[in-house]
Amino acid sequence: MSELNFKYDVLKDDFTCAGEASGKIKRTLKDLGFDSNLIRNIAIAVYEGEINMVIHADGGVITCDIAPECITVVLDDKGPGIPDVELAMQAGYSTAPDNVRQLGFGAGMGLPNIKKYTDDMKIETQVGVGTKITLKFMVK
Amino acid sequence: MKVKELTEILEGSVVYGMDFLDREVYTACGSDMMSDVLAFVKEQAVMLTGLVNPQVVRTAEMMDMKCIVFVRGKKPDLGMIELAEEREIVLIQTELEMFTACGKLYQAGLRGGSGK
Repeated sequence: MSELNFKYDVLKDDFTCAGEASGKIKRTLKDLGFDSNLIRNIAIAVYEGEINMVIHADGGVITCDIAPECITVVLDDKGPGIPDVELAMQAGYSTAPDNVRQLGFGAGMGLPNIKKYTDDMKIETQVGVGTKITLKFMVK
Repeated sequence: MKVKELTEILEGSVVYGMDFLDREVYTACGSDMMSDVLAFVKEQAVMLTGLVNPQVVRTAEMMDMKCIVFVRGKKPDLGMIELAEEREIVLIQTELEMFTACGKLYQAGLRGGSGK
């Protein structure tokens, strides 16, 4: 299988459509015949990331590279950046506003949960500039 | 148990998915917090929730769930029903409260994940 490449735009404040990109990635991987557990892990991690982009950033871009041994997803936004990554990685720490909590999110599980479902997670962030999260999933 | 049986136990009604009532389900979770569902739930086929917004259906989709039960008489809107149709996720509605709904299903044999 040669390498495949997909790109999805995530829109700011569009809570209705949040999850659209993750769903597309999930269905693409299913069509390509990847293992269902691997697909679920990717779907959950990317969905959490997508929700973060809608909640905290002004939307952004998700790219997905599919290679035979490794699936790489990059979540790139031009949002406020994360001032303290270590703190943001703590389960339960959240800066989500009340309206987001009413929608069932903002429990402070997003980043820890993304890490849990990935083989490798890299966060590059700069306050006032944006955040780029690179996720790698090994195909076993 | 089959989704049909689950609906009867909860004295519920089928909002969407009449064609899928023969699906077998063995595990369930109950939460109004989708963050926690995504973080703590593993391989549950049914989600009981009192939360009503499109992200409930999206969360179920990402987690390969087969059925969503809306408790406390909560009604999914048209957008959610359309999303569930596209993803073939059954939507059930019951007037029962969360605790009672979960209790009845547990008593009937459904379990949380990992045998707990």
